[in-house]
Amino acid sequence: MKNLKVTTGILAIAIALVTLTVMSCKDTKKEHSNEDSLHTEMSADENHSAMNHDNSNGHHDNENKEMTMNADQDGNSELILKDYFNLKNALVADDNSKAKELGGKLAKSLVNLDVSKYTDAQKSELNEIIEDAVEHAEHISESPMAHQREHFKILSKDVTDMVTITGTANTLYEQFCPMYDKGSAWLSMSEEVRNPYYGSKMLKCGKVQKEIN
Amino acid sequence: MKTVKNIVLVLMVAFVGIQFIPTKRNQSDTVPVTDFMLVNKVPNNIKSMLQVSCYDCHSNNTNYPWYNKMQPIAWFLEGHINEGKAELNFSEWDSLSNRRKLSKLRSIIKQIESDKMPLEFYISIHKDAEFSEEEKITIIQWMTQLRDSL
Repeated sequence: MKNLKVTTGILAIAIALVTLTVMSCKDTKKEHSNEDSLHTEMSADENHSAMNHDNSNGHHDNENKEMTMNADQDGNSELILKDYFNLKNALVADDNSKAKELGGKLAKSLVNLDVSKYTDAQKSELNEIIEDAVEHAEHISESPMAHQREHFKILSKDVTDMVTITGTANTLYEQFCPMYDKGSAWLSMSEEVRNPYYGSKMLKCGKVQKEIN
Repeated sequence: MKTVKNIVLVLMVAFVGIQFIPTKRNQSDTVPVTDFMLVNKVPNNIKSMLQVSCYDCHSNNTNYPWYNKMQPIAWFLEGHINEGKAELNFSEWDSLSNRRKLSKLRSIIKQIESDKMPLEFYISIHKDAEFSEEEKITIIQWMTQLRDSL
């Protein structure tokens, strides 16, 4: 008897459930009522904060812009290079967490680049470079070592292309490792090769392929 | 025995209750002119691979099976789709600069090559989304060709 009661109860709930699911499906297809849109906002907020929790993968360009503007840094390409070299050194040292931190820092200095003094053509090229580079820097700020290095490769191309436009006060060396991912380049302040793609595994693999300045 | 019954009941009611909270569906009737399939000459076999294995999370149009319309799966899925689209949205492909397209294609190739995409959890509920070794080679080759042509 008791069993019967429980079964009936479950059955009733199951029926209610199916009905409600169908109803709520219809609801979302229709234009939302006030109450519904309130719920939507709420759940969207919830998801947003949930996303922020487990990945600071930073699709928050506006936030970054505000922060860096408040910090009153100059939007100098030299600053980007400095952060890039620090990141490179962290990869050379096989230091995953340092590279994460520096990737985040680089993303900020990239966003902050002041392009106002360049020609229109240069501006649009720089903006494209920055947009791409920021994404790689952000990925580096949240990835394991192997993935950081994958992104560092394209980031290096972006930064090299940036230097072609912005120039730099220092002499840089474009170095090249033929082994990593069918050949990969990076920039360095010193002529001596320290490989960011292999770190201690193959520290000196590579050669200087070009001197800049 | 009674407490178990009560707990089950509360859970049931909660489950029913959350069905009322709607999520935003990732669905659209139109295919934007920027869509990957429209701006590139994509052969049919590649097209269907992309559609089945990638477009659910990387385009403006998700093909939802019924259970994905239920809470809390729908929430979970919404977060995933938002994340996937932020990373790569095939529907808006042509709005990317050439530099970014190259970057994305590199990542696509790397992710498929290293079996990171499609996500394991997605394959577990979507058996047909998994690439066979043969399909992997085909799609990587095609993507590489596209990358080199840009």
